[in-house]
Amino acid sequence: MTALLEVEGLTLRYGAVTAVDDVTLTVAEGSRHALIGPNGAGKSSLFSVLAGATRATAGTVRFGGDDITSSDEVARARAGLVRTYQHSSLFLRLSVLDNVRLAVERRSGRPLRPWPSPRADRRVTAAADDRLAQVGLADRRREPVSSLSHGERRQLEVALVLACEPRLVLFDEPTAGMSAAETTRFLELVEGLPRDITTVVVEHDLDVVFRLADRISVLAAGRLIADGSPEEVRADPAVNEAYLGVADGREALFTDSPEAGRP
Amino acid sequence: MRRALAPGLVGAVVVVLVALPLFLTPYPISLVTRILAFGLLVVSVDLLTGVTGLPSLGQIAYFGVGAYTAGMVGVHVTDNLVVQLAAGVALAALFALVTGAFVVRTSGIVFLMVTLAVGELTHRLADGLDAVGGSNGLAGIPPGTVLPGGEPLLIAGFVYWWVLAVFLLGMAVALVVSRSPLGRAMRGVREAEGRLPALGQRTYAVKLAAFVVAGAVAGAAGTAWTAQNRFVSPGDLAFSVSAIALLSVVLGGAGTLWGPLLGAAVVIVVRDELAAYVAGYGELLLGILFVVAVYALPRGIAGSRLRRVPSVRPA
Repeated sequence: MTALLEVEGLTLRYGAVTAVDDVTLTVAEGSRHALIGPNGAGKSSLFSVLAGATRATAGTVRFGGDDITSSDEVARARAGLVRTYQHSSLFLRLSVLDNVRLAVERRSGRPLRPWPSPRADRRVTAAADDRLAQVGLADRRREPVSSLSHGERRQLEVALVLACEPRLVLFDEPTAGMSAAETTRFLELVEGLPRDITTVVVEHDLDVVFRLADRISVLAAGRLIADGSPEEVRADPAVNEAYLGVADGREALFTDSPEAGRP
Repeated sequence: MRRALAPGLVGAVVVVLVALPLFLTPYPISLVTRILAFGLLVVSVDLLTGVTGLPSLGQIAYFGVGAYTAGMVGVHVTDNLVVQLAAGVALAALFALVTGAFVVRTSGIVFLMVTLAVGELTHRLADGLDAVGGSNGLAGIPPGTVLPGGEPLLIAGFVYWWVLAVFLLGMAVALVVSRSPLGRAMRGVREAEGRLPALGQRTYAVKLAAFVVAGAVAGAAGTAWTAQNRFVSPGDLAFSVSAIALLSVVLGGAGTLWGPLLGAAVVIVVRDELAAYVAGYGELLLGILFVVAVYALPRGIAGSRLRRVPSVRPA
């Protein structure tokens, strides 16, 4: 498989603090990539740099073969690199449908057209409704986002991202704060995405990570300490040490039982 | 949430407005005329403040450009109101484009301050520029005509109908834009400005487009003001007008466009009519009105009507 996202020597410093330290990694096209690490490992910082919200101190980012290191968030989104937010960042007082229409209009309509056009608007609405059906929110389309539950808002985040017709989606802790049922529902949603959409997930819940990912990168203190298949990462002593501070913490975290690793 | 106004209700209101001169004497008609012109200014403030989430104290600048342009065209070029309207709207929109290019780079309280500065600078400019009458104001504007070579509008009822036409045109523009993709993007800026870039949408373009539309609407309101008064003075561009325009938006219910119109009507009636009973204390009366309104109607006139019981049945 070809590389879709290539990160080389990426470094992000805030004054004396190095949040991301010389990270080099590759995300293959079509892969289900996960980014894990203890709190403060630099996952969110790395994410923010990849999405273009924060400018890297050093290093390069290539996307689909193009150097996008100096591209801003807008340019990256238009190129097909989009992100979801850890804390849902949605248009709260707009309807669910209008949220998705904003994204669809940007992608395939005329987002600054200052008059309504029944035909074009119908087309945009139909495309937005497709996305809502895909994430299971079709029956909530007229509701304002403020009346949605936390899980439903995460579903809507996915609909918004899909409406951008992405090549790569960065999910920032998508299941944080979700109930078990919502998490299951969300995992099915992500697993059901077509393979021409590559995903990178930052996640605390290791059950989710091992269920979803076919490749895992582990960050600790801003550095990439492991990068490989789930089996390789599970067996890696450095990873166990980073998580528990002891080399033999393996039983507690990476047992084969899917329930055992939960904090 | 926001519901479309019933077409029947809108039609009935328009019919009543059109028929008003047949029932009212010239004085109340001139009061309603003033409400419509000021109301259109308030609608332009709401386009920015309520719809786009950019609280503005500067729409008076574009209102002023429209008013002075109409007056200058009236004095020096033609008494045709359609030409005055077109020129006023075009210059106001151009001025909004030039100033907006800088102004919309800010947001929130900074935006409020920068627009205040634009309004005050325009006020000072009108005050100091002898070509437009300076502090004496622009006088000698002839009564306008609608058709080339037609009769000038001297009767209050005819002037009212022209102002009503301009008002309906401006209101239609505001409503059309608010229902368009641009309008949705404007509300997107209001709700989560930081999220739009992540969807690939530059907010600068959205905000600038909104600013130009609002400037054009304010310009139209200014030409209507001139058509009625046939006199423009720097006092018409004072900070206090910007302030009561913004407060009308808050009073009426920001973001609904029609709510702020009701707010404008209340403000004008209180300031120009009720204040006569407490001579010298008009501003105080307005102040009390706003304090009461903030407590009694936190979401404005429109907001208090729109609050609905959540529906239990599936949508």
